[in-house]
Amino acid sequence: MIDEPGYSVISAVVYLLLAPVIGGLVAGIDRKVTARMQGRVGPPVLQPFYDVGKLFEKENPVVTTTQNFYVLSYLVFMVVAGALFFSGGDMLLVIFAFTLSHIFLVLGAYSSYSPYSHIGAERELIQIIAYEPMIIFTAVGMYMVTKSFFVSNIVTSGLPVILYLPGVFIGYLIVLTIKLRKSPFDLSTSHHAHQEIVKGVTTDFAGPNLGKIEIAHWYEYVFLLGVVYLFFGFNPLIAIAAIIVAYFLEILIDNTTSRVKWQLTLRSAWLVAGTLGIVNLGVLYYLRMVVAP
Amino acid sequence: MQISQLLIFLILFPLLTAVFMLLVRREADRTWIVRISAVVICGVSLFLLFMAFDKGSLVYRFGSERIGQLMFVIEMLLAVYILYLGIKHRKTITVALILVQAGMLVFFETGLISAIHPVSNLFIDQFSIIMALIIGIIGTLICVYSLGYMDTYHQLHAEIKDRRNMFFFVMFVFIAAMFGLVLSNNLIWVFFFWEITTICSFVLIGYSQTPEATNNAFLALSMNLLGGVAFVGALIYLAVVDPTGKLFALDTLLTSGYALALVPAVLISFAGITKAALMPFSSWLVGAMVAPTPVSALLHSSTMVKAGVYIIVRFAPVLSGTPEGLMIALVGGITFLLASFIAISQSNAKRVLAYSTIANLGLIVACAGVGTYNLMWVAILLIIFHAIAKSLLFLCVGTVEHSIGSRDIEDMGGLIERMPKVALMMFIGMAGMFLAPFGMVISKWAAIEAFTAAPFGLVFITILAFGGSASLFFWSKWMGKIISVMRNQENVEGNIKTEMWTVLSILTALVVIVALIFPLISSMLIEPFVMNIYGETTRLAQANLTIMILMLALLMIMPFSMLFQRRDQVITRPYMGGRPTVGEMKFAGSMGTTRDLVLSNYYMRNYFGEEKLFMIGVLLCWGLLLIAGVMIAGVVL
Repeated sequence: MIDEPGYSVISAVVYLLLAPVIGGLVAGIDRKVTARMQGRVGPPVLQPFYDVGKLFEKENPVVTTTQNFYVLSYLVFMVVAGALFFSGGDMLLVIFAFTLSHIFLVLGAYSSYSPYSHIGAERELIQIIAYEPMIIFTAVGMYMVTKSFFVSNIVTSGLPVILYLPGVFIGYLIVLTIKLRKSPFDLSTSHHAHQEIVKGVTTDFAGPNLGKIEIAHWYEYVFLLGVVYLFFGFNPLIAIAAIIVAYFLEILIDNTTSRVKWQLTLRSAWLVAGTLGIVNLGVLYYLRMVVAP
Repeated sequence: MQISQLLIFLILFPLLTAVFMLLVRREADRTWIVRISAVVICGVSLFLLFMAFDKGSLVYRFGSERIGQLMFVIEMLLAVYILYLGIKHRKTITVALILVQAGMLVFFETGLISAIHPVSNLFIDQFSIIMALIIGIIGTLICVYSLGYMDTYHQLHAEIKDRRNMFFFVMFVFIAAMFGLVLSNNLIWVFFFWEITTICSFVLIGYSQTPEATNNAFLALSMNLLGGVAFVGALIYLAVVDPTGKLFALDTLLTSGYALALVPAVLISFAGITKAALMPFSSWLVGAMVAPTPVSALLHSSTMVKAGVYIIVRFAPVLSGTPEGLMIALVGGITFLLASFIAISQSNAKRVLAYSTIANLGLIVACAGVGTYNLMWVAILLIIFHAIAKSLLFLCVGTVEHSIGSRDIEDMGGLIERMPKVALMMFIGMAGMFLAPFGMVISKWAAIEAFTAAPFGLVFITILAFGGSASLFFWSKWMGKIISVMRNQENVEGNIKTEMWTVLSILTALVVIVALIFPLISSMLIEPFVMNIYGETTRLAQANLTIMILMLALLMIMPFSMLFQRRDQVITRPYMGGRPTVGEMKFAGSMGTTRDLVLSNYYMRNYFGEEKLFMIGVLLCWGLLLIAGVMIAGVVL
């Protein structure tokens, strides 16, 4: 059923329309929960939508007009990556499109030649290389369990992927921390004012361009949580519960830790990928290739 | 026209051009001869594709004892020449190596092969066609580019003796030798052309005759001579095992039962590793960048290092599944990982390119060493994509260097305003090296998929995941540098010559076109070739191909979005923080001083420093090579 082209097109369109709504809501709930953890009331749940709406009403100040191109490309390829994922495409291709979109964000920050966005861009790049190996191990791990790189086959395999890939899942949670821009790995830009070098990678974006970056984040949230779903794809209810728990965990980590240096970010992300990730895959490999070929 | 005549033409015609290059006296004459030769060689290579792509593997009986003797005489003359230079410059190691190699060769030619009759000397198959196209098109484009480049080069470096006749002579001999190498079926012939390429690169690296250039040229020569010794060792082994000499034909050797071919395969792969500048021999390629930039472009893209990987990929079916093959693959894998890391720490553009080349060659050898059918497919794809993108990048860096007087990446800030067209071409070249949906990412993707099914694949997937991230980093920060927009920059593109523009534009177009039509290249050339050897083949799934092409189309449309921008855009200054700023990009200091804003990239030398990682690489790779050596010694004894 899932292999039908019609079905995958519909999934992609549904993602296209619903992802910003869900992503925005997630961001709103995130802010609310965070505020409660910090003993504040917090903004309304719909606050992210108000914010972005207002950004689009503002004028568009740019340092160079090429910024518009980079930001738009960032948004477009983020949508492409997510749409490919939800239409059941090849995980590796999804990852490459995902990377491409982030490179555009980095280039946009570089293009303005401000010291703050420059440091933001360098740090964003460090974040990308920190999580990149682990995200590839995630795809390879899912392939080893389900014998397919296609999301459609992974999700319909009915296998309890999480039981085969516990180490990879923990590694993926670190990717999630980096990608959701949560402490302790929110080097390039953060949601919290107290640990920010002038908004890092987004320093020189304002108005509609900043709005587009926010929307791209929403698309990104939904895609990233979709990957969590794949670990628990055998049972949708458990999967959704897992997503909620995972996200809550991320908020908790965010509010209980403070930002670390880039050295520690890179080292810890690679260390986890190189130990938990590899050991997990190694065990699977051993079982598949040697014990029961 | 017969295909065999085409093959002979491709070897001899560049040689003819080379002779003319030695004789011409006027700049104008050289220019038109090079241009016409380039067109002819490109045309004939394409015609060869047209004639032979559907013919499979063909061998030709060509040549006689005479040619073999002539080659031997040339080899001896070159050995004497190197011996003379070695003694003159007091290079003990080079002298020792050339003596050993010449001695082995004399022993081989006089003592062993006197009874051997000429075999089918020339051959053509899909892989050779691909190599011929790379050499024919990219190699000659680089020669055309050199016309303009060398002119400026000698204006800028008045202290260097103008030896352009020699330069172009060697460039074309190089191309002829490369054609010979990929079209020869007779291993003795392959070896002959192999040695010619070694000596050509030696001459070209030492072109400027400075002490540094001479030293680096001798370094390259010594390392490649060491490979040559291993190659002669393989020839001697084959002559001893089978005195009739049938095994000197590559087609017979590769299908002769793999146990027999393993020893020569490992020895020749060792020679390939030296030529492809994998660790522990990577230092010669890094040193080779003292040469004029077109030489680097030629060495890195279409000749020399590609000869190294070509021969290893040829022997991949023999290496496949053997422990020796695994050792060679690991040498490739470690080289890929460490060279990618080292590239992060480099700020000299040519060094970054050199390490990226070394890394990619490592990846090709890793694929060939494991040698399953789908990895063979990946290896050939990598050779194609890498040749195009890397030649473009080298030529761009050469052009930039002549215009801004520096090849340091830190000096390339704001290049998009100073040299918009070249910067855009560089941008596309770099995208070709690491971004989806361009060539190298397609290959990396296919490599990950292929390694999941290969023995010990997990090791290589790990290497790919970490090494791939590192390459993402060093390319992106370089890209970021050239596209950053600084104010009030002058355009300095005016003095670039027309032929240089032409070559750069063609190569840029090729990066995009080959990413678009690679499914065609795959189904027409690579798949039949792999099918022929392994009986099975691979390709990317049709759905993925469609998506890739759509993504590429989207990527090409995106820049047009800049035409539809809002009219009410406000151009602001970059944010400089709370510091008071004076005018453009300056900070106000105390006591009325002003300071320029200078931004620099991260190089993380503590983590990815060259010396430390290079040492690790050398030790590990020598270790692996020694293990492989012990293994084949076990087979021989």
